[in-house]
Amino acid sequence: MSKIIASAAIRGAKTIYKEAEDSLNKAVKEKGEGCEVKFPETAFYFPMAYALLGEEVKVLSDARRVLQFSKTLLHDEPSQKIWLPYLGDTLDSGISALLCEEIIMALRYLYNEEPQKDCNGFFSDTILRTLGIQLVDGRMPGFAAILGAAQDNKTAVYIVRELQKRSIMTFVGSNVNGRSIIDQLLEEKVEMGWDTYIVPYGRDTISGIYPLNWAIRGALTFGGHKKGEARECLMYCKNRVFAFGMVLGELDDIKYATGAGAINMGFPIIADTDIPEIRPTGICTYEHVIKEYDHKKIVPKAIELRGIKLKITEIPIPVAYSPAFEGERVRREQMFAQFGGKYSDAFEYVKMVDAEKIEDGKIEVVGPEIDDIKEGGAVPLGIVVEVAGRKMQKDFEPILERQIHSFLNEAMGIFHMGQRDMCWVRISKDAKNKGLKLKHFGVILHARFHDVFSAITDKVQVTIYTKQEDVEKSVKEAISSYDERDERVAGMTDESVDLFWTCTLCQSFAPNHVCVIKPERIGLCGAYNWLDAKASNELNPAGPNQPIKKGQCLDTAKGEWTGVNEAINQKSNRTLERFCGYSIMDAPETSCGCFECIIAILPEANGFMVVNREYTGSTPAGMGFSTLAGTIGGGQQTPGFMGIGRLYITSKKFISAEGGLKRIVWMTKEIKEALADKLKEISKELGDPDLINKIADETVATTTEELLPYLEKVGHPALTMEAVL
Amino acid sequence: MSKPTGNGVNDKLIAIAKENNITTVWDRFMLQEPHCGFGTLGICCKICNLGPCRIDPFGEGAQVGTCGADADTISARNLARNTAGGASCHSDHGRDLALTLLELGRGKAKDYFIKDPVKLRKLAIEFGLKIDGKDDLKIAEELGERILREYGQQEGELTLIKRAPKKQIDTWKKMNVYPKGIDIEVVETMARTHVGVDNEYKHIIECAVRTSLVDGWGGSMIATDLSDILFGSPKPIRAEVNLGVLKEDEVNVLVHGHEPTLSDIIVTASQDKELIELAKTNGAKGINLAGICCTAAEILMRHGLPMAGNFLQQELAIVTGAVEAMVVDIQCIMPSLPDVAKNYHTKLISTSPKAKFKGIEHIEFHEKEALSIAKNILRQAIENYKNRSSKKVNIPKEKMTIVAGFTMENIFHNLGGTFRGTYRPLNDAIISGRIRGVAGVVGCDNPKNESSMCHIDMVKHLVKNDVLVVQTGCSAGACGQAGLLTPEAAFRYAGDGLKEICETVGIPPVLHTGSCVDNTRILTACCEMVKEGGIGNSIDELPVAGAAPEWMSEKAIAIGWYFVASGIYVVLGTPLRVLGSKNVTNYICDEIESTLGGKWAFEGDPIKAAQLMVEHIDKKRKALKLNSLMYAAA
Repeated sequence: MSKIIASAAIRGAKTIYKEAEDSLNKAVKEKGEGCEVKFPETAFYFPMAYALLGEEVKVLSDARRVLQFSKTLLHDEPSQKIWLPYLGDTLDSGISALLCEEIIMALRYLYNEEPQKDCNGFFSDTILRTLGIQLVDGRMPGFAAILGAAQDNKTAVYIVRELQKRSIMTFVGSNVNGRSIIDQLLEEKVEMGWDTYIVPYGRDTISGIYPLNWAIRGALTFGGHKKGEARECLMYCKNRVFAFGMVLGELDDIKYATGAGAINMGFPIIADTDIPEIRPTGICTYEHVIKEYDHKKIVPKAIELRGIKLKITEIPIPVAYSPAFEGERVRREQMFAQFGGKYSDAFEYVKMVDAEKIEDGKIEVVGPEIDDIKEGGAVPLGIVVEVAGRKMQKDFEPILERQIHSFLNEAMGIFHMGQRDMCWVRISKDAKNKGLKLKHFGVILHARFHDVFSAITDKVQVTIYTKQEDVEKSVKEAISSYDERDERVAGMTDESVDLFWTCTLCQSFAPNHVCVIKPERIGLCGAYNWLDAKASNELNPAGPNQPIKKGQCLDTAKGEWTGVNEAINQKSNRTLERFCGYSIMDAPETSCGCFECIIAILPEANGFMVVNREYTGSTPAGMGFSTLAGTIGGGQQTPGFMGIGRLYITSKKFISAEGGLKRIVWMTKEIKEALADKLKEISKELGDPDLINKIADETVATTTEELLPYLEKVGHPALTMEAVL
Repeated sequence: MSKPTGNGVNDKLIAIAKENNITTVWDRFMLQEPHCGFGTLGICCKICNLGPCRIDPFGEGAQVGTCGADADTISARNLARNTAGGASCHSDHGRDLALTLLELGRGKAKDYFIKDPVKLRKLAIEFGLKIDGKDDLKIAEELGERILREYGQQEGELTLIKRAPKKQIDTWKKMNVYPKGIDIEVVETMARTHVGVDNEYKHIIECAVRTSLVDGWGGSMIATDLSDILFGSPKPIRAEVNLGVLKEDEVNVLVHGHEPTLSDIIVTASQDKELIELAKTNGAKGINLAGICCTAAEILMRHGLPMAGNFLQQELAIVTGAVEAMVVDIQCIMPSLPDVAKNYHTKLISTSPKAKFKGIEHIEFHEKEALSIAKNILRQAIENYKNRSSKKVNIPKEKMTIVAGFTMENIFHNLGGTFRGTYRPLNDAIISGRIRGVAGVVGCDNPKNESSMCHIDMVKHLVKNDVLVVQTGCSAGACGQAGLLTPEAAFRYAGDGLKEICETVGIPPVLHTGSCVDNTRILTACCEMVKEGGIGNSIDELPVAGAAPEWMSEKAIAIGWYFVASGIYVVLGTPLRVLGSKNVTNYICDEIESTLGGKWAFEGDPIKAAQLMVEHIDKKRKALKLNSLMYAAA
């Protein structure tokens, strides 16, 4: 239990204090109070004392002050019975231990006893500058300080190799009964040094201060914190330096005390022996002290414990991978095989699962691999990505899932379209010849999910099904999940929520544009609905999707609220003052450039037309999509013209201020067909079941001259509605 | 014959009292039964001489008083006046400490010291004082003046209330209950509840709410903070509780009441070598100072001195025959004490200029000569030792060691040490579902209940359900006697999640935070939980609840109200005296939650009451979308 740790750490800190006191007394006696004392190549004096206490230790009498302070942090060991709270005292003893260890090590330098044979000794500022920056900016995912010795040399090598594989800097040292991991690695001829990411610091636990007073300098150098800003420096280490301690073999009081110091810095401890655990969180990000006997699991467990986010910089696939290939198409003649589309069943599905249920990086292809497929063939495909993470939520599933499209497309020779159970994938002959396999879909998705969604993904496992019966079986779960997601937002109305969301994702090219995402109005790109914006805000609270409190409703019909007006004003850099969510004529939503469709006024017809991005022909407005787009983008409010997401057309709030769907006199055939079911439903609700047929499309009119007679012929309701202008 | 109290120590001493024809609170309680139905329901009005009037609760007789006031008006007025009574007591307590601080600053109260200069400076800054270059005494003087000004202030706002989260302050402003000054609100409540003034029950209850806020976020909070400054901020400490702390061979002196200005000086005096010597020459081995009621809590929290008993045990302490002197000041002191004491050698000494008792010697206490008065009192006690009759001595064996001394401030150190002081581990524990939430179980003990058993049963049920409990006053005394305030209690009584947290931090599952004015420590701790984040943006969103299972004093009503007003659900063991009005009952037990965030509930069965708290906490957890409990039984 924790009390055992507390007692050991407090005892250990007292022992370390005693050693520091004795060493200092001896040094003062032999060399005098004014004798200079320092670590090599550092501008930070005794870095821990400098950061935490603001002390500039230059001579022995300065070290005395640090020693005296560290004594104030020593408390009584918890009593056998009716003990007093010990967590705070234990953490204090840890800090005391670090300060005293620093004194001991500096005095060893004074007596030329450091660095130890084959060891690095104190980590210089140069190392800090060259490697530290990688550590705090995330290129180096973290560092491990190993203390003790593994049960055998083979295990020692296995563990450091596992860390090395993940680019985790590993400091090795300390010992168990005189046996150090340093010697185990030397015996196995493991190459050590800064280049190989395996650095021996010293064969005793006291020298474990080196990685720690290296890390604390990160807070001063890269975090911009000043000497003496103790809490800030410790919090910086907790939040930015992803380090942990790994204790191999038995622990003693000194190791516990040093561990308590590390915990103050947010660095948790994992051990391979039967030690008491401290699982409740609060000082470190996650658990403080845990054990793992299985050496195969100890490294992944440590990574999870510290919340280290692995970045996979290079995706190990045989074809090139870059955003440059996203738009690349694989034409029929270049195609080796295809999946989905009109040709076979295919789906893709991201689901959240418990961490214990999956293994990170596990990729399985169930059924024929690419080599078993006949050239030119169409094969069923199911891509199931299971994601686990402490911060993962079910609401994030669709956001991750939607990214499969671009993640796969970015591989040269893979073409991907659509989504959910309407996806379509092709692999080119070139890619196949270079050795691309279906399992590489998994490799890509695993790497990219970790990379892009590191905040929420701890583990990613991918299963790829290529047998018809498997695809049929597993698509069922996916479909029920798709339906659930749709229903959640479909059941929601603007009235049922207090919050809307801004989306300013596109302000990089339309600096004053703001989308206001409501349950009944999807973002104009069609990619973000209300729930997605909400989830995106949770993923990135300072990001482009910010909550808007609706405030007081000023106009129910037009959809104008005080809170929305304030938010629009602020987020549009004060260029917009009002916003009406349901109107195209009065303070309508602005457009960035990414809209799926354009809705434009046709004054002659007393109504509006809708054209989608894919339509290349001309329209009754006298302009094609691209010309129209050029006039409405850029974040301006242009009454009568608006960019919208396709699904908005089927919303009850679709330009309801102007009469909704009844005002639409022209719409491309493609939209009509894509939304046919829903449009019919709405037509019925509007009491005009034939409305959809009364709306003209390019087959009957591409000019107003052709349009008006048609509208009169079918008796389109817009002609008799209140004048739109 | 009084009924058994459910508490072995008490029952034994009650039997001894019986043998000696001494009546105790339990006997007098029986004589009062059945209690007046009109009074219990709150529909008896004695405010003016048109009456006394009463409303027929069965709807057959009078439905309004002579003036026309109905059950709603009458019960609301009674409730508001009770609240004003309670708030007055606490605020007066705070005022006395502010006066002591002022006298100390002016160099006139030389026996006092600034024991926590850091807190003095922090509080001075909070009150807007410039402290640069000023010494502690100068700051004390200015702070004393500044605080006293807040008592008499006619406009503006209270300083300490600004500690509350913004949402609470906005709510109070919106509901028109945000106080202007301390005394003015109490006076206004008395004025508005005079005959023929305020008659609309919701409007009268606004008064009660506002008056309670000047207690919790005013007078009581001032009392707590100034006590820490003058007598030292508590740290976790061991102490003993129950009547077994009295000693056969020492001069037993009990301090009883509430204000630490006297008791803390008596602590100093009791360590005086001359007096200890005097005790020895009088045949005793030393001086054993212990407390009763909240005074006990004050000296226990700061000095680890024992708490001999709760409110209900004050007479029984004398019945032990081993008490040389009982020194009383104010609040919760039974006027029956002289009748009990006349059967023993125990000397009763009243000290407060505000409180005299028929048959009690009065040695008036003044801050200016504090130590010499304290020594004089002790001297009398020592000299009385020789009058103790060993035949009459019956000291119970029962006593229990507890760990106390928890404050809003020292939680930081206890959870994170000197460098990482933080509430994070507490909030994390709640978020992760190790701890379900936090409950304050406080208040008096009452012969309507089995002695203290309601506190004990309730708290056991709460900790079993992973609710961390914080306590004050007699409630803490009761649970202390039952062994719930030991760190070992976590292993015996707590659910697995709470146990894990107690084990990690080294704390009992039930934390003693002081006397009844120190309930404000619970308020400020709630503010820190909000600030730390993740479990609600205001107090009413926190997964917390409160209870006073055996309440009896008006102070308990004021305390309950300020918790309700601050957004907390408060369960009482016996109902407030409002049940005669459906409207008032419904308003304060239901409707008011939509504005204040908190509300009252009444439940006599302590287990059921604890379950109501658990359910309330679960409701708050659900609203916060927190994980389900980590180790909840499948």
